[in-house]
Amino acid sequence: MYATQPEVITAMKIRTFGRHIKESLKSLGRNGWMTFASVSAVTVTLLLVGVFVMIMMNLNKVADDLENDVEIKVFVSLEAEEEQIAELEEEISGLSGVESADFSTKEEELTDLVLDFGEELSLFEQSNPLFDVFYVKATEPQQTEAVANDIAALEYIEDVEYGEGKIEKLFNFLNAGRNVGLVLILALLFTAMFLISNTIRITIVARRTEIEIMKLVGATNWFVRVPFILEGMWLGILGSIIPIGLVVLLYQKITEFVQPRLSGELFQLLEFSPFIYQVSALILAMGVFIGIWGSFMSIRKFLRV
Amino acid sequence: MIQMKNVYKKYPNGIVALNGLNVEIDQGEFVYIVGPSGAGKSTFIKMMYREERPSSGQMLVDGKDIAKLKNRKVPFLRRDIGVVFQDFKLLPRLNVYENVAFALEVIEEKPRIIKDRVMEVLDMVGLKHKAKMFPRELSGGEQQRVSIARSIVNTPKIMIADEPTGNLDPDTSWDIMNLFEQINSTGTTIIMATHNREIVNKLRHRVIAIEGGLIVRDAAGGDYGYED
Repeated sequence: MYATQPEVITAMKIRTFGRHIKESLKSLGRNGWMTFASVSAVTVTLLLVGVFVMIMMNLNKVADDLENDVEIKVFVSLEAEEEQIAELEEEISGLSGVESADFSTKEEELTDLVLDFGEELSLFEQSNPLFDVFYVKATEPQQTEAVANDIAALEYIEDVEYGEGKIEKLFNFLNAGRNVGLVLILALLFTAMFLISNTIRITIVARRTEIEIMKLVGATNWFVRVPFILEGMWLGILGSIIPIGLVVLLYQKITEFVQPRLSGELFQLLEFSPFIYQVSALILAMGVFIGIWGSFMSIRKFLRV
Repeated sequence: MIQMKNVYKKYPNGIVALNGLNVEIDQGEFVYIVGPSGAGKSTFIKMMYREERPSSGQMLVDGKDIAKLKNRKVPFLRRDIGVVFQDFKLLPRLNVYENVAFALEVIEEKPRIIKDRVMEVLDMVGLKHKAKMFPRELSGGEQQRVSIARSIVNTPKIMIADEPTGNLDPDTSWDIMNLFEQINSTGTTIIMATHNREIVNKLRHRVIAIEGGLIVRDAAGGDYGYED
């Protein structure tokens, strides 16, 4: 008798998948407060993660901006003629780790000084005490020191300045900040996964007998599993709605308030678009992933009936 | 149809539930399984739908040893065996109609056929008018009728009942027995574990008594034989 049944489990029929979707939605409604509890847990954790990611990404942006502002000021010795300066420019640009090298004559330097500090300085136009200068940026800001040392070793270099001592401190500080942020985000993600999958597990444990009964009337494991997994997915999606809404709204207010006050400053916040859409997508993806994963893990041990 | 050969079952806690049991049940038979509590009745019943596996011996259904059946094929075995329990085992979140339909959805039957077939069996057990109600809104007898409807909806050849009247009052129990008689009359094998003396003595069928994991009595048209 049972031997006459198909020996191989054929691919799930589309009709059956439709049935699973319908079942999973129905189950959300019928589970009432269990659904509410899971969605709330997802909402709270995703909100935390969302806000935190928003803050950390912006701090990272600020750190990047600060780092990218670091440059090496290379003073060209007075003996260098135009020809040597041209050679020097090529040599510097050719060094590994150099992003850009901008030349500025001593006359241009003086003009800048006059602009910054006032007309009195224009006295120096008779006999300019300044040097011709290269402004060099390192591809990797953190490699600034090494690049500066390489440049200092070249011919016709009077001096090299790059905020020695100060930038090391800045970099150390920024690196520590990034690491702490990364650890916090990972810890938060882990807590979120644990909290949510735990809530989902409680809802599934409550339905242990249901799973047993399904298996007793001849449901395959996948037949039992799929509606639960879909239900987990819906929980994740429902739970990400409020966090996404709040994060978008919050960031809109923040950029409206902060951006005018930061114009012209060294560092800027991340632009509203596309950043906030990326964060939203991340929140949604996390919700869905956690929901599915939570269901999958929780249901596993009840299927051995 | 069903054949047990030297079936021995020892649980991990050391209890020997079946001690080398031999039996043969033919298609269309109606068999009562009687015996004191803890004698091995439940294990005997559970062997038939592979809820338990024998520790040794053969458990043949249609000539195939289901003890050796791979786990992922067990669902297909169960689709051909209807099971009815003392505690009904209905899905609490599904209504009467959905509970019965579930057994057909599992085998991916066409929706139209599901609808016709479910209404047909609900009509047979006399619950067509309560199709939309949930199990908690029904009496024990009604719940048992739903579970019977579910067990026969995909026309299994074997029906297994574990104390189906255990939670029901005498009148309701007779209603349920009438249904079983009706199902048996269409050629379905019925294997029913029971403690109900009146039923066994009045509706005479083959009686298998199990004690200490062995068959101590096997009589066609026998009586209950215990005083409880």
